[in-house]
Amino acid sequence: MSDDTPKKALSATRRQVLAGFSALPFMGMLGGKVNAADYPTAEVNTTGLAVTDDKVTVGILHSVTGTMAISETGSVQAEKLAIKQINEAGGVLGRQIDFIQEDGASDWPTFAEKAKKLLVQDKVASVMGCWTSASRKAVLPVFEQYNGMLYYPTFYEGLEQSPNVIYTGQEATQQIIAGIDWVVQNKGAKSFYLLGSDYIWPRTSNKIARKHIEKLGLKVSGEEYYPLGHTQFNSVINKIKLTKPDVIYAIVVGGSNVAFYKQLKAAGIDMTKEKPLLLTISVTEDEILGIGGENIVGAYACMKYFQSLPNDNNAEFVKAFKEMWGDEIVIGDVTQAAYLGPWLWKMAVEKAGSFDIDKVRAASPGIEFAKAPEGYVRIHENHHLWSKTRVGHALNDGQYEVVFETADLVQPDPFPAGYQ
Amino acid sequence: MIGDYTLLEFSSILAMQGFAGLILFSVFVLMALGLAIIFGQMGVINMAHGEFMILGAYVTWLCSGLVTAYAPALFPAYFFIAMALAFIVTGALGILVEWAMIRHLYRRPLDTLLATWGLSLILQQLYRSVFGAREVGVSLPDWMMGSFALTDIIEVPINGIFVMALTMLISLAVFLLMFRSRWGKQVRAVVQNRAMAGAVGINTKKVDRLTFGLGCGVAGVAGSAFTMIGSTGPTAGQLYIVDTFLVVVFGGAASLLGTIASAFTISQAQSTMEFFMSGSMAKVLTLLTVVGILMLRPEGLFTLKMRR
Repeated sequence: MSDDTPKKALSATRRQVLAGFSALPFMGMLGGKVNAADYPTAEVNTTGLAVTDDKVTVGILHSVTGTMAISETGSVQAEKLAIKQINEAGGVLGRQIDFIQEDGASDWPTFAEKAKKLLVQDKVASVMGCWTSASRKAVLPVFEQYNGMLYYPTFYEGLEQSPNVIYTGQEATQQIIAGIDWVVQNKGAKSFYLLGSDYIWPRTSNKIARKHIEKLGLKVSGEEYYPLGHTQFNSVINKIKLTKPDVIYAIVVGGSNVAFYKQLKAAGIDMTKEKPLLLTISVTEDEILGIGGENIVGAYACMKYFQSLPNDNNAEFVKAFKEMWGDEIVIGDVTQAAYLGPWLWKMAVEKAGSFDIDKVRAASPGIEFAKAPEGYVRIHENHHLWSKTRVGHALNDGQYEVVFETADLVQPDPFPAGYQ
Repeated sequence: MIGDYTLLEFSSILAMQGFAGLILFSVFVLMALGLAIIFGQMGVINMAHGEFMILGAYVTWLCSGLVTAYAPALFPAYFFIAMALAFIVTGALGILVEWAMIRHLYRRPLDTLLATWGLSLILQQLYRSVFGAREVGVSLPDWMMGSFALTDIIEVPINGIFVMALTMLISLAVFLLMFRSRWGKQVRAVVQNRAMAGAVGINTKKVDRLTFGLGCGVAGVAGSAFTMIGSTGPTAGQLYIVDTFLVVVFGGAASLLGTIASAFTISQAQSTMEFFMSGSMAKVLTLLTVVGILMLRPEGLFTLKMRR
């Protein structure tokens, strides 16, 4: 603990200094105030969306009840923060953003139904929403049929590219390959044990991981899947002990996560010794709240954002987030990606000079967001983001310390050749 | 499989695997005992069983928070206080639920299924509103984490031993209560023939209420113990409910001994298969076997012979 103290003190002072500047960037981002009168409603909205002379309505569609509420709450909070900040900075084309929030209730048909309601009845100009791949797959036909725009925040398995979705999280290759390269180069890893919950995201991700590991000429010593919600991992932990891999590559999700890490620790696998080292792509700071920092300390996670990311954008973001939602809150990768959604949409609308979905879509590729908490991001032609990939080292207090980041932005590649 | 390993390594792993099976067995018994009391003795299908367990887990979480804040010296031992409180709180809620809801439905077993399922949804949303949608982390005293190293390879998780000891203790207590106490005799009399039991002067309403309360209380203790191995969140109870019903139904609904036998069979089968194939396949095979056996023997492993 004593090691942490000076660092904390430093970041506290930095936060105070930055506090004074926090209002500035949002003004700067606009490049001068846009006047709604310069953009008459009849011209910027030719398809009958919910846009008036001083207001534009968007939708927020996440689960705030049911199993997924655990994960999706952070996304809702981030989107509301972004909308509030955009409004304070003058809105979009001079119009204040108003939002209608619907609850997907962790039920995929409900997601589809609410998406239809938002698009058909409320005529929202865009929707920030969904979390699981299953919910995204459920709303996809609705968005394509009624031509809506969805900003989807979660890191996911890829193999999809819809004209009606902007994917603000990482697709699988962005998240996986850099992480594996890092453990191979820096930790001398030679063998991997792949482990995951049994559904499409972990299975696809492990497939990509396995291809990459084998391409490097290294060994996969085991691959295992457990049903969602599984709570007994003693058998697989024994298998891991028996095969002695250098790296446990874990993509366990949901409540199973807590059981897995607690049992791993109880079985005497001390992750701080890195024998074996644990690398995960599914545990953000949000999940650690449930797992408990002391049960996962020493593990490595590979994603694009950590709350502790040392840059000025992020310091402002974390400060604003805590001001709005309380000091106790933690911010995970997906929460940050959800925060990007409203901003990317706003910039696309202003670049297009129109709220029309088709024009926003045409304007989206190439949109740059330099003030993103994770650092600079840019929308690729394939509707995913160019972003950096980072490796975090889990600390006792439930935060990650960033130990590596890719030198360049990683190109999104939702349909990797040879990985399917 | 032996090829790559020395004999010592292999036998150590077998020992550890056997131990993993025993831990799973204890977990199953602990989960199922409360349900077996309620389902077996009263014929009430309590779909909210998982939520009662999670209430126990939340009580433990509150306790850990309070103890850390106000009496840090007690922390190493707080878990025992938490379990006792979990029993009292969930038991009390059980009695309340019996009074408000279940007692009106005794003659309609299928309706109890719907009503308690509704109750489980209500409780989930209540937890979400009160404790937040995110999972909470229960911090445990240091002595409960970690493992003993018996040899270089064999390491025995302490919380596994704790769960096993707790399961034995609670099973023993339930056994004494049901089969050696006056109250247990009344419960069994009511189960076998409610009208006659009433006629000889047993207060059947009171017996029902206490039985339901006891079942829920045991669920609460189980939930409290599971904070060591699982997650604590509004919907975490759902993770346990399928396995719980599986164990109780397979064992023969009316028999507590059957519940224990079935927990042993299922846990050993599952942990052995998990070792030789993937987790999902092991689960599928376990379920298939159970379904197959239930088709041949619909009443489960053990049955209570009684006149209907």
